[in-house]
Amino acid sequence: MTNGQDEPEKLQSVSLKWKSRVIAIVCLLLLLMIVALLAIGIGSTRISFSTTLSIILSKLPGVSITPTWPGPIETAILNIRMPRVILAGVSGAALSVAGATYQGLFRNPLADPYLIGVSQGAALGAIIGFLIPLSASALSLGIVPIFAFTGGIGAVFVVYSLGRVGRTLPMTTIILAGVALGAFLSAVSSYLLITSGSSLHGISAWLMGGFSSPQWKHVWVTLPVSAIGMVFICLFGRQLNIMQFDEEQAQQLGINVERTKRILLVVATIITAAAVSFGGIIGFVGIIIPHAVRLIWGPDFRFLLPLSVICGAIFLITADLLARTLLSPSEIPLGIITAFFGAPFFLYLLRRRKKAVF
Amino acid sequence: MNAGATVEKLRLENVSLTYDDITVIDAVSFGVGAGEIVGLVGPNGCGKSTLIKGITRVMPLKTGRVCVDGLDVRTMHYGVLARLVAVVPQNAVLPEAFTSFEMVLMGRNPHLGFLRYEGQKDIDIAVNAMRITDTWHLAGRRVGELSGGEKQRLTIARALAQETGVILLDEPTSHLDINYQIETMELMSRLCRGNGIAVLAALHDLNLAAQYCDRIIMLLQGRIYTEGRAVEVITPASVKAVYGADVSVLSHPKNRLPAVLITADRKHNRDEERRFSNG
Repeated sequence: MTNGQDEPEKLQSVSLKWKSRVIAIVCLLLLLMIVALLAIGIGSTRISFSTTLSIILSKLPGVSITPTWPGPIETAILNIRMPRVILAGVSGAALSVAGATYQGLFRNPLADPYLIGVSQGAALGAIIGFLIPLSASALSLGIVPIFAFTGGIGAVFVVYSLGRVGRTLPMTTIILAGVALGAFLSAVSSYLLITSGSSLHGISAWLMGGFSSPQWKHVWVTLPVSAIGMVFICLFGRQLNIMQFDEEQAQQLGINVERTKRILLVVATIITAAAVSFGGIIGFVGIIIPHAVRLIWGPDFRFLLPLSVICGAIFLITADLLARTLLSPSEIPLGIITAFFGAPFFLYLLRRRKKAVF
Repeated sequence: MNAGATVEKLRLENVSLTYDDITVIDAVSFGVGAGEIVGLVGPNGCGKSTLIKGITRVMPLKTGRVCVDGLDVRTMHYGVLARLVAVVPQNAVLPEAFTSFEMVLMGRNPHLGFLRYEGQKDIDIAVNAMRITDTWHLAGRRVGELSGGEKQRLTIARALAQETGVILLDEPTSHLDINYQIETMELMSRLCRGNGIAVLAALHDLNLAAQYCDRIIMLLQGRIYTEGRAVEVITPASVKAVYGADVSVLSHPKNRLPAVLITADRKHNRDEERRFSNG
């Protein structure tokens, strides 16, 4: 039955390629660092790579570098560009990994982080936040992010409650409930939008996404929430692999399917809402990055998830860099950049997809 | 012949299963011993697949209980159950983008801790499972590119990689050519006897059931119509009662087991029949 001659080659072909995948992760992490530093350096005043690095290193405890740069540059880097780049990176990472998670859970290549109502809920929350007349000083983060976050989580909570059947969570019902509630929330948002008067410009800019007023306190909220959530999701790689069988088989292979679905839906929703609340509805990251990663490194979620984190961060940092430099000094909303470059890439993938990658 | 002397691996007691208000399995009790192949036969919709869902807790039991190795499965962690019972499903959704080898290796899931990756031992077990199901040459191929029969053999390999004491087969031969039907059932009887595995196989081919099963359980509308050895169960009367089909049952020329023959009701055949009886 077996052919002894091709043994070593055969065993080679089934080896799990850990090494090349780990190397890919390390290389991409390095690339992420470089892209981030470059992005911090580039802007209305151009700052060299080494100066950028020195300024950042000088702030680390235990490092003393004599400043050779003017003070305003240091301020620009530390207080404006750095939080902006970090926010973009964290949001890109969170949206990508949430997209990969949804695609895996729903076994649907077209799923994205906004599939089940997060974006519509967050948008409605944000619009309400813009329209509420009182000043937001009581809430130091600003009223819009808080309302957006609450709206996003709230919408998914409603979808979850409506889609639940007893103690199980049928994915088709969840999607349908998500689409229906999303349409309802969009209707309310649209109405508020056309009656919003002077707030219209701010709202539209927010809806298209962007990080035009970055602050460190935003980073300190988003970064820990997203980081914990992303690490948590990455631990479920093997479970998501097994769930690419249908749910019945996954359970027969020892997965507690309902619990896994519940945990992953909740965590993916929280990191999506966290990203959206400071960055607005940034489209396309969550759908194209997981697909690109899948095309290059294969469908194994144990690598797909961490690689999506890194590639998502690189992609959105780059997109944000383009958004603020292409038409400088005016800014292009980030959602326009991601869709403008993301959509053609996605269509290219669809055309290229001769063999199923999902 | 039956499980009298051996250890009983799987036991169903008074099991009923319902979809909403429709009772699909009604108070069924039986056991499968170590080293025994039990065939589950009956017409479409008699509840064979539903019974397998009930045993693996995919569907909650309405009444009764299922025990594996004397342990009630209702109180069992899914991972523990998957180390005791493997299922070869029918027409299953498979992860098409993965390679065959990766898919078979997923059978090791219940043996791995939460964050553990497959070690050399798991790889060896998966490779061996692929060898004995004659799927090793497909190892590097994507699951989505394979034929129905190849996929079916892969799900058998995956079940073997699970290394369980009980294997449930849901129409394991439905997509297979006759050589692989024989090979699959031969493999099952070898494993059964060699490793003391208890096999419960839902089969639609009565001849296959007669040849390979130590006992046959015939279901009709969710109840056991009759059970026992092949010669006791497969008779023209029972086939008529359960399937509503008129068949001839002969004694197999080599081993005297029942062999089911169909008779087509067409003119040509009737002419032949007349000529034959006239000598």
